Amino acid sequence: MLPLLADGNSGNLFWELLVNGLVMGSLFALIALGYSLVYGIIELVNFAHGDLFMLGAAMTYTLTALAVSWFGVVTPGGMSFAIVLGLLLIVPFFCGGVNVVIDRVVYRPLRQSPRLVPLVSALGVSFVLVNIGQLWIGTAPVSLENKAQLVSDASLTQIGEVPIKWKDAVVLITVVPVMIGLTWLVKFTRMGKAMRATAQNLLAAQLMGIGVQRVIASTFFIGGYLAGLAAVVYTLKIGRIEYQMGFQNGLYAFTAAIVGGIGNIPGAVLGGLLLGFIYSFGWGYSQGNWVDALIFGVLIVLLIFRPTGLLGSRSREKV
Amino acid sequence: MTLPSRSAIAGGVLFALLAVLPQLPLADWAIPANLLTELLILSILALGLNVILGTTGLLHLGIAAFYGIGCCIAGILTTSIFPFQTNFLVAMMVSAFGTALVGLILGAPVLRLRGDYLALVTLGFGQIVITVLLEFENITGGKKTLQGLFPPLLPFVSEGTLGRRGEWQSFPHFYYLCLGLLAIVYLGLGNLERSRLGRGLVAVREDELAAGAMGLNPARLKLSALAIGAGVAGLAGSLFAMHNTNTTEPQNSFNFNWSIIILAAIILGGLSSRAGVLWGVVLLMGFDKIVSRIIDDSLQAAAADGNAAFRLSNYRLMIFGLVLIVMMRFRPNGLLPERRGTSK
Repeated sequence: MLPLLADGNSGNLFWELLVNGLVMGSLFALIALGYSLVYGIIELVNFAHGDLFMLGAAMTYTLTALAVSWFGVVTPGGMSFAIVLGLLLIVPFFCGGVNVVIDRVVYRPLRQSPRLVPLVSALGVSFVLVNIGQLWIGTAPVSLENKAQLVSDASLTQIGEVPIKWKDAVVLITVVPVMIGLTWLVKFTRMGKAMRATAQNLLAAQLMGIGVQRVIASTFFIGGYLAGLAAVVYTLKIGRIEYQMGFQNGLYAFTAAIVGGIGNIPGAVLGGLLLGFIYSFGWGYSQGNWVDALIFGVLIVLLIFRPTGLLGSRSREKV
Repeated sequence: MTLPSRSAIAGGVLFALLAVLPQLPLADWAIPANLLTELLILSILALGLNVILGTTGLLHLGIAAFYGIGCCIAGILTTSIFPFQTNFLVAMMVSAFGTALVGLILGAPVLRLRGDYLALVTLGFGQIVITVLLEFENITGGKKTLQGLFPPLLPFVSEGTLGRRGEWQSFPHFYYLCLGLLAIVYLGLGNLERSRLGRGLVAVREDELAAGAMGLNPARLKLSALAIGAGVAGLAGSLFAMHNTNTTEPQNSFNFNWSIIILAAIILGGLSSRAGVLWGVVLLMGFDKIVSRIIDDSLQAAAADGNAAFRLSNYRLMIFGLVLIVMMRFRPNGLLPERRGTSK
């Protein structure tokens, strides 16, 4: 769980929560994109996505531990910068690869089944991944912060009286270019065109000669890649990970995807940010007890009045 | 005379088995007796979820929340710290109807949602319920739970013949009470399936648009399914409270994992076939709670002394997950699928 930023300095509490909400929101948005992309293309709610994020965090932890065993205690500086870069290179590929394998083994044989079938499979995959995480990093929360401080605790800059910490800056420095890159990928490349075509009408895309299975696999890869990225920056920011973190964060991110309008990329980002703010302020003002209830309350109310999400378009159910 | 259907035979065999079970020398086989009672309670819970998931085809991922609500209502009504202190039967009834009412209230706003959204909302609702049960400590006991629940008394039995004060609580008596309730729920839901309402639910599952076009009211039917399922889950919850003599810690007993484990049991046995559901629960939960423990003990004793890799309980979630994946891939209708299109 997120340690509270405010240390009694209540005058700045609001602004600190705002910064924190922005940071958490961009993390949620990264994970939400994974849900949204996959849903957009094959209408599958990939319940295992949050747990993929957790495996990414476990991988980050293991690699950091490896680095510590090679180089000794790591403090912020050149070495830590190299390690962070290494993590940002390796972990997303790991998560993307795992996601592709899961799609190939579990979801792909079920493409023609009724909708409930792959959905239940996804729940099964989620359980399997949680169990793998539990065997991997154990049941207790783990942290390497006292051995490897990859990102400095110091403030980068100050806006007014609110310090912007390096840990928050790292998240934004990573997330913003990735969002821009993703938008470019989907809007302006051949691959993106194929993805949009497949999302619009899978059969028609296939008839036009688009390798639909390859497009779906790439979508899973991109989703997994983003989850891996989120896992690295999450671990850098929060420092503590546990095997159950995937469920909670995945749920928030999925909620974000729905709030924004599932299948819609700007929607996922908007939903993620919105949820980040709700989360942050919920923590700040209720000591964390009511965050879940608040978030799902918002979700239920939103779905009643706008079932397609904030930016989603209304699609009629086909007969 | 017509032959009984396959599922009727499967159900009959199972009930006969469950009725004989307590008479066997369980202690000799190191089977803790109260786990068997829990098996029956979980079966009732699964039958409740089956009305929503199997018969009506709504993916509901928060059934454990209703289990928790039922448990809590029964606790509030019978605990000694509150002034109600009702009879167990009253508490059970109020739990079932109260939980059904909550199901109705949740159901009303989410009816318009399509399958996957409904799954998320029910899941979120489950999280909210856990928060509420934890935070309203003065009413629900929160983490400390409501202790010392009044164990049900056996009517017409003089004190002392059965355990302390003629309680149902001691093993075979409470077990048979649960078995009797399970049978009532089982037969009752069977009648429901053959009623006008039940056929309507199946029609909604098969094709909501077509059902609407034939003059059924899908919204009302779905709402009834949600309420009935919640009510049965609440009934199971009240039994669970009595079984544990307290309202157990919400975060462990009523969390999302439990909803999915029950779902896995239903899917293993066969969606919408009641006998299949019971077999699914008995096989999966029996394996999880009893067989895996025995295997663990013998493994640890035989070879892997203290080696965690050889402890089956460490692979619990993976086993449930694999059951879901493998069943969906190779036998999506379960081990005992519902026979359709045959007259009973």
